Amino acid sequence: MKREFPLLVTALIGFFMILSFFVPHQAVSVPADFLQVCAVIVVAFGYVLGGANALRVNFDAIYKRQPGWPYKIVLVVSLLAMVIVGAIEGKGFQGEGTRFTWMYERLYSPMSATMFALLAFFIASAAFRAFRIRTLEAGLLALAALIVMIGRVPIGDWLTGALPPNLRLSAIQEWIMDNPQNAAKRAILIGAALGVMSTGLRVILGLERSYLSGED
Amino acid sequence: MAGSNAVRFARRAAALAIGIALLAPPALAQNAPAGPPSDTTSAAASSVLAAPAPASGLTWSDVPNDAGRAVDLQWTASPGEAESPGSVTLYVIERALLPGGPWSEVDSVPAGTLGRTDGTVRRNTDYYYRVTAVGPGGRTPALSVTGPVTARSHWFNDTRWSVLVFIMLFFAFVMWFVWQAQSGKKPFVRRIAGIDAIEEAIGRATEMGRPVLYVPGIQDIDEIQTVQGLIILESVAKLTARYQTPITVPVAYPIPFTIAEEMVKSGYLHAGRPEAYDPNSVRFVSPEQFAYVAAITGIMLRDKPAAHIFMGSFFAESLLLAETGFATGAIQVAGTANVHQLPFFVVACDYTLIGEELYAASAYLSGEPKLVGGLKGADLMKILIILLVVVGCALETAGVHWLTEAMRAQ
Repeated sequence: MKREFPLLVTALIGFFMILSFFVPHQAVSVPADFLQVCAVIVVAFGYVLGGANALRVNFDAIYKRQPGWPYKIVLVVSLLAMVIVGAIEGKGFQGEGTRFTWMYERLYSPMSATMFALLAFFIASAAFRAFRIRTLEAGLLALAALIVMIGRVPIGDWLTGALPPNLRLSAIQEWIMDNPQNAAKRAILIGAALGVMSTGLRVILGLERSYLSGED
Repeated sequence: MAGSNAVRFARRAAALAIGIALLAPPALAQNAPAGPPSDTTSAAASSVLAAPAPASGLTWSDVPNDAGRAVDLQWTASPGEAESPGSVTLYVIERALLPGGPWSEVDSVPAGTLGRTDGTVRRNTDYYYRVTAVGPGGRTPALSVTGPVTARSHWFNDTRWSVLVFIMLFFAFVMWFVWQAQSGKKPFVRRIAGIDAIEEAIGRATEMGRPVLYVPGIQDIDEIQTVQGLIILESVAKLTARYQTPITVPVAYPIPFTIAEEMVKSGYLHAGRPEAYDPNSVRFVSPEQFAYVAAITGIMLRDKPAAHIFMGSFFAESLLLAETGFATGAIQVAGTANVHQLPFFVVACDYTLIGEELYAASAYLSGEPKLVGGLKGADLMKILIILLVVVGCALETAGVHWLTEAMRAQ
């Protein structure tokens, strides 16, 4: 019963949500909307567990003086500061001009932007490795990438301006993006969509039950 | 002191007067000092400022395939729109529960628009509508009122029957192969190098005496890739338990975090080593994208895991994680169905599960015939879709559109 009941609940709700995709009537759509709202309430409780875990793991690391433990102090202090300031601000803590918003926008956002900015350098290093021509396939990849990159900037048309319009780099890159690239992308998407359905069906039917944990 | 206050007041009064003068409409500003206007000026002004002719022919239809929450409205433009452009600036749609009002404004659309969907109605309630033309000369309500207008709920979305047929077929295929697998006929599944590499990576981490880092994506549990990432986690945790290698699982959202804890516990339990489970191995980090990245890259650089496994939904952080991991020299296995992130993983990781391979991983790793049967069902469905695509292309080339129309869903 410990495993059967959750499986039954999963199956019933799973099939009901599938039904709501086809039946717009309020007899189905209203309970379906309600179930989705319920998920938000469950998530709220999840944050308490998550916060407690973050504190436990980091206090433990500080206590045991694990490598990088001073950073954990910064993390714990920041976490508590945001929670306390948010609690003091009350209901409208995310509003304009609150201390919570100030801390988020002036402290967190610049750090987040800094992390994002690193992506430019990582793209350069990854591209350097990706376009090393060692095999025929790698050569084709590098050639296609070169055409697409140059064809998408004005210099592409400037270089090939004397050629007929269909042979210019901008036209060739457009063909590469619209045909081979799009075909491959759609093939992956169709396969992934079927994988989604397959996984959903396995969970709903109780074939995939590892998420319930415990012994079989 | 009193004198300086008076000066300040005089300055403010002058500034206010200048402001009013500047804000006054040009027509008023020009006419004001001119005394009584001539007859010609008066006629021109009255023609510009005349109220627009009303819109007419308001018709309605219930929006099909919905829960009775919207109606479509169409009307004929005010004749003034064509006769003197600019005389109508917008149409205001008004609604009332009785034909005589009181009217409340539902929406407004610019001149030239001849239809609107009112998505704010209550189902099975009678409403009355009118359209009012608004222009520089004023507002003119339509001469007639349309109603009663009632939005009704529908029992089936008939644009989705093709999807229903496909789902029924797919379910039938999967059930058939699962039934076959249960009756002892184990389906063949090709080797998937990326999944085989997971055990290899964990083995290498064990040899080096370093932990394994498992990242189940950056989205919440409502994303099926996260679900799949967590299902795979159980098999990975079972392997790490068997090899006695520590595992670290940083999670972005609280619900996946609690499930990840259960998965890792379950993996250790099924490997027969429940006492080896470390409660600190699964960590809640942050749903903020780059805070999550900072935490994981920190783990990579400080703890130096020998194997990084990324399974789930990733966005801009994919390359940040994979490149940092590459720099540490760890063996990296990634899997995602986010098409735009695949190239980054292919470049920076040793093995990548592409799209559907991610969804096949749990069945492949567990080796359970029932789960593998599901993969065969999906394969059969793919063959059917390929056939339909080929037939659809041929029919479209021949100018026959019925198949494309039949497949269209909203």
